[in-house]
Amino acid sequence: MELLDKLRILSDAAKYDAACTSSGVKRGYQKGRVGSTASTINGCCHSFSADGRCITLLKVLMTNYCIYDCKYCVNRRSNDVQRTAFTPRELAELTIGFFRRNYIEGLFLSSGVLKNPDYTTERMIETLSLLRNEYCFNGYIHAKAIPGAAPELVTRLGLLADRLSVNIELPSEQSLTTLCPEKNKADILRPMGLITNTLRENRHDLIRYRHTPKFAPAGQSTQMIIGATPDNDRHILNLSQSLYRRYRLKRVFYSAYVPVVEHALLPARDVQPPLLREHRLYQADWLLRFYGFTAGELLDDSHPNFDPRLDPKCSWAVNHLEQFPVEVSTADYETLLRVPGIGVVSAQRIVKVRRECPLNYDILKKLRVVLKRAQYFITCGGKAAEGLRFSDDSMKRALMALEAKELPEPEVRQLSLFDAV
Amino acid sequence: MIWSDCIYEYDGSYYGLLCCVFDSYTRKETPVSIVAGELPQTTLYPLHTVETEAAHARRILKSLNERSKLAAELARRAYLTCLADREVSIYRMIRKLYEEGPAFLKNPADPAVYPLHVAIRQLFGELEKLRGFIRFSLFDGVYAAEIEPKNRVLPALRGHFCNRFADQAFLIYDRTHKEGLFYAHGNWRIIPLDSFEMARPDQAEAAYRRLWKTFYDTISIKERENPRCQRTHMPLRYRTVMTEFQDEGYFLPREDAPGTLCSVPSCPVLPENGRK
Repeated sequence: MELLDKLRILSDAAKYDAACTSSGVKRGYQKGRVGSTASTINGCCHSFSADGRCITLLKVLMTNYCIYDCKYCVNRRSNDVQRTAFTPRELAELTIGFFRRNYIEGLFLSSGVLKNPDYTTERMIETLSLLRNEYCFNGYIHAKAIPGAAPELVTRLGLLADRLSVNIELPSEQSLTTLCPEKNKADILRPMGLITNTLRENRHDLIRYRHTPKFAPAGQSTQMIIGATPDNDRHILNLSQSLYRRYRLKRVFYSAYVPVVEHALLPARDVQPPLLREHRLYQADWLLRFYGFTAGELLDDSHPNFDPRLDPKCSWAVNHLEQFPVEVSTADYETLLRVPGIGVVSAQRIVKVRRECPLNYDILKKLRVVLKRAQYFITCGGKAAEGLRFSDDSMKRALMALEAKELPEPEVRQLSLFDAV
Repeated sequence: MIWSDCIYEYDGSYYGLLCCVFDSYTRKETPVSIVAGELPQTTLYPLHTVETEAAHARRILKSLNERSKLAAELARRAYLTCLADREVSIYRMIRKLYEEGPAFLKNPADPAVYPLHVAIRQLFGELEKLRGFIRFSLFDGVYAAEIEPKNRVLPALRGHFCNRFADQAFLIYDRTHKEGLFYAHGNWRIIPLDSFEMARPDQAEAAYRRLWKTFYDTISIKERENPRCQRTHMPLRYRTVMTEFQDEGYFLPREDAPGTLCSVPSCPVLPENGRK
């Protein structure tokens, strides 16, 4: 088969993986090696596909042959698709060729499970060590750890890659047993725990011995599929929170389920992917990682799912009006972060600038602090924004109106004489 | 003594601009406009052509750095932007610094600083995009790329690309400002270049272009298509020179033997770390 066809099949099979970041590691040029990782810790986007997602890594599967039959997966054994596999050399050549043309930051390597998890991981290690040692590639590599692979193989994989990830995919044990009867929760969490421990030991070793080889310096991440199972937002967010705390993950990715296969246990094929729900979960995820929120503050028993009409921070603020308004000239950084519309960058700018000169609304605007949401929750120099009059109700309506254009159109229904009113 | 108004012409270089500041103080004149090259129309203001003298420029640079490192950095960066009257804006900022001291620099809303900040933010935005969006093509051992930026980005992009592709020979051509960044073996030059046309690709290069285009088209999920989001992150103006948005002809290889050099200008001899 031609390389072009292989690339088409194996990138098509990999595209449902949401993770495509080159963040978390800064490594400059090294003599005799090819390339560097991004010059900023945030990574670098090389293109944006038609769905608006960033392309930064060459995201492919090693092979789409798979021994498993997970119902939601496009590569499941029983699905009738064309199967193929890259040879390690093909993939190494392709990565270097793309990298030198500035198409990509590096490689994202995942794989279907060929024969068994150990064999699959060995093939991935072979590719990565060819790329790192023979082609001397110094760019970014993200590798998937295959659940069920031997611990020493996962360790070897981590020494070659910048970031490792193990996908949880389904957020609960129950969904897992219905949709992937061949996998279980322990199998997925075991490599995750192993990576966390190895990372901790490695960091410790690095302090003692400077030349210890680095194990996955950009940490580990995971992914959950949203909307394939009946799990609610509260369950998912609590799971993310414990993953961040217990396993020290760098990122949890959420992937709105795109119906790729027909199955009685899954949403029908004409169901639209729940993009808005995915968006709300990402917003909440950011609140957990950078804004000092906990999952319990955002959702509780009476509100197990996010309000589609308001973003999670606005929802929280509207329900905690007793904490507002906040005086921007004096409030500490953590309090500023809780104001809807003020993000990490704005809060940092405010804190930096107010040390040097007194704040007013004109300066806030020139600092590019977006006031359309924040104005309802702040005072500046003791004053509210000029000409702003509102009640709790009109504020809520105004906040919802700001979001309205992002929401899908409400369904239009034919009026019927016989509708029960 | 009262300072009189006038118009300055200078050679367009950064040192030239610093000499405008120098001349303005020695001649006690306030330039209302500073023009690179020659003024296209006649004017009622007295006109003065500033000669670029490295010694004068270095004196200004030194005094700038002594008063405020921040101001020196601001001036250097603002010089690269596409701000309409960037020369006069930079001049006003420097003049205010000499008259009042550096305190006003801390206020981002100050009228002498704000326009510079806005322009620099726009420059940084463009730099970040271009670090990802530049596409090289390999011609006979030299990687060549074209860009159409609004700002003069080459001096600011140089560090990133010379570091990342230190073992490649490459050329980035800026169509807007008609200059090229050449790099080979650890040495670089930014040289004015009136025209540059990319040759048709050879077999191997065409194959890579097609591989990339295929990957790009495949990786998108049809059910999630969102052109508005795509446009926000990747405005249309960047796409004119990106491989994945070219039409079919771009992916067809040359007929003749692969490996012959067509119209890539040969890399000039780069003896030392140069500064234009």
